[in-house]
Amino acid sequence: MAAAFTIEDLQEWNLRITDRVQEFGLDPYPQEFEICDHEQMLSYMVYSGMPSHYSHWSYGKAYEKLKTLYDYGLSGLPYEMVINSSPSIAYLMRDNTLALQVLTMAHVYGHNDFFKNNFTFRTIRSEFTIETFKAHANRVRHYVEDPSIGLEKVERILDAAHALSLQCRRNLSIRKQTEVEQKEAKLRDSKPPDDPFQSVHRRKEWVSPDLAKIPVEPEEDILLFIRDHNPQLAEWEKDLLTIVHEQAQYFIPQIETKIMNEGWASFWHKRILEALDLPQSLKIEFLIRHTQVLSPIPGGLNPYHIGMKVWEDIERRWSKPDPEEEKEYGPKKKNAREKLFEVREVERDSSFLRRYLTEGLIRELNLFEYKSRGNEKVISRVADEDSWQAIKDTLIQNVGTGTIPVIKIEDADYGNTRCLFLKHSHDGRDLQLEYAEKTLQYLRQLWGREVALETIINDKKSVLSFADDKLTIKPVH
Amino acid sequence: METIFRPYHPSSGQRSDRSAGDRLRHRQKVREAIRNNIADIIAEESIIGKDSNRIVKVPIRGVKEYRFVYGENVPGVGQGGDGELQPGQTVGKGKEGAQGHQAGDQAGVDYYETEVSLDELVEVMFEDLELPDLDRKNLRQMEVERQFRHKGFRKKGIRVRLDKKRTARSRVKRKKASQRADVASLHGERFPFHKDDLRYHHTVTEARRESNAVVLCIMDTSGSMDTMKKYLARSFFFLLYRFLCTRYENVEIVFIAHHTEAQEVTEEEFFHKGESGGTFISSGYNKALEIIYERYHPGLWNVYSFHCSDGDNFESDNPAALKAATELARVSNLFGYGEIKPLGAGYYGSSMIQFFSQIQEPNFQTVQIQRKEDIWPSFKTFLTKDRVRDDAA
Repeated sequence: MAAAFTIEDLQEWNLRITDRVQEFGLDPYPQEFEICDHEQMLSYMVYSGMPSHYSHWSYGKAYEKLKTLYDYGLSGLPYEMVINSSPSIAYLMRDNTLALQVLTMAHVYGHNDFFKNNFTFRTIRSEFTIETFKAHANRVRHYVEDPSIGLEKVERILDAAHALSLQCRRNLSIRKQTEVEQKEAKLRDSKPPDDPFQSVHRRKEWVSPDLAKIPVEPEEDILLFIRDHNPQLAEWEKDLLTIVHEQAQYFIPQIETKIMNEGWASFWHKRILEALDLPQSLKIEFLIRHTQVLSPIPGGLNPYHIGMKVWEDIERRWSKPDPEEEKEYGPKKKNAREKLFEVREVERDSSFLRRYLTEGLIRELNLFEYKSRGNEKVISRVADEDSWQAIKDTLIQNVGTGTIPVIKIEDADYGNTRCLFLKHSHDGRDLQLEYAEKTLQYLRQLWGREVALETIINDKKSVLSFADDKLTIKPVH
Repeated sequence: METIFRPYHPSSGQRSDRSAGDRLRHRQKVREAIRNNIADIIAEESIIGKDSNRIVKVPIRGVKEYRFVYGENVPGVGQGGDGELQPGQTVGKGKEGAQGHQAGDQAGVDYYETEVSLDELVEVMFEDLELPDLDRKNLRQMEVERQFRHKGFRKKGIRVRLDKKRTARSRVKRKKASQRADVASLHGERFPFHKDDLRYHHTVTEARRESNAVVLCIMDTSGSMDTMKKYLARSFFFLLYRFLCTRYENVEIVFIAHHTEAQEVTEEEFFHKGESGGTFISSGYNKALEIIYERYHPGLWNVYSFHCSDGDNFESDNPAALKAATELARVSNLFGYGEIKPLGAGYYGSSMIQFFSQIQEPNFQTVQIQRKEDIWPSFKTFLTKDRVRDDAA
């Protein structure tokens, strides 16, 4: 199909959009658009939009899956795909109509602005994104082509590393303490507080902290810890662990801000397009597409819809609040635009929902809590006076990195056997045991010795340990 | 603000099909997974008896990407439509497909189907069975193809095989050589072809020999063989037939159905026609022997006979059956007897397996099938018994 527009059309629309972007005060990176066809789009989706990415069979699997869904019409392709880099790169699908391209471009600027300004993305040096991924790809290819290493061995490490890659620090804007700092802090904390009645009170006995333990404080970056503490790993194996870790860290902020980010982009594309004074023909299509993207999925959760609703609610409350709300939250101190930009900078999904998803919104969105029973979802709570808070809590648990269990390394020399001991911070949600077993097997492979994980299964504290070739589950008393 | 637009490049260079390598590797993994689950797949009714171009959908469970994830009984939040919602109400299916491109952080159901053609599946099935080479005797081989192949060049040959280019080239070589030897004398003179310049193609004749096989499927269709038993028998015959197809150029298949009398039937009748009445196993064997002597002389054909029954034979027929079975084992490469006793059917009546244990022929093999899961393992044990017989027979 010949495209119904030319690059010049797009450039002209782009100028009009960027005028609005500046007028609204958005602050994006320079933008690059690349026109691609749907097959290229599929590839970009599989490789997270990166022009170069190391290869691994799991991306082939993702491609096949995506292509099947697409071929059977079960899922459409996304209209847009943006990379967090500077300059930001976005892909536009060639076969889309002009109206859709204009909508997409406006949407892309929303994401771009969010990438540049939200705090979670501050730790990523976006000007090096493309180069970093390319360097990773080159290094992996180099190892695969090295006759003393080869595909099989590289794949073995990558398989194991992928399984553990998301077990890393989540809030990257908090600086990670060095070992020395951790020891100092521990020593400091162990000292009893100053007691003004020393002469009266019996002096508390000082327990010396165990500073020889490794790690000093529970460690969340599992791959990095193994890299630094397993002397049997070859340099190339350590490098692969580093690569996988770095890529996971790149995606953590995107996982953390899915709802905010999509909501923000939708919020702004709507305003930009409304301000563009579109011709009637484009306008109708825009309205249709906009509604398609932003309509709630009954039974599911549409991050575009939820996100935009919350953003719109913030704007409303800070521009013309109900008298009741004013009484509850006090008089507003900022105008709406300032508030929006502040929230865009300092929140992530969990805090965003905690602070700005109100009872009224939960009711309006008709949210409910469900439990899975077999293949069905059974509603356990609906948005009423008693349960809205519980629904909100469940929702917050399920956004961002909340869906990844928190598992930390406690001791690398457990029972003096160099067994790697980990603890799962149980928050009421049990681990999926089959997956836990297989993941522990990978951990065992990388660590080279026994590994043990303490968790709670069916209200019983248990230790899953993986030694030799099998898993044993022992209850702890 | 600077914005760059990069126009569309139809699949250029490196970016063309970058996922091809990864897809290939994934497909290899899937194949491995199929091989590991082959017994389950064989047990699926759908693949049995279908023609080879058919595409079958095979569920894959082998290529999961494991991570630490939460279990199934973790509450989630959904969004209702317009209507009122009530606790206890059920909505939709669990675990919607994840939207967007983020790293999968949900266990979900990592279970999907892949499509393979039946031929491919059969190939996977047999590729690492490590079966002994099947019996292929010179006498039973027939020339199926005769072809000529170029094999080098010769200085002598017949006219039609003259290679003009090489001949001309060797003349030039000779000319140059003689010029170098004696520059003056040859200058400007004619330099004709010499007998030594001539080059001919050399051709060899190659004949390819192939051996043929015939499969005799003998099935008990007496009243006691119900649908389930027939299905098990059918699966077994199907595997046998597909396997021999991979080993021999020509495989013929003969269906014999018997109760108290035996007759040769079509495939359709073989699998679908219900019969009733008692059982004389010997009748089936004698019919098979008759067909073998008539059409498939054991000197020229590799004969595979297989008999499926529930072992419920009339007592009086047993000696005759034993005699016929021994003879059939002698003329066959492999003669198998499969006794089908579905679980719970009860062990009424006699079991022919015990009775047939008197047969001394090394290529006689009995298997017992109780469930469909047994088909693949018993098939494997069955085929490993294929023996090379004395060629003089």
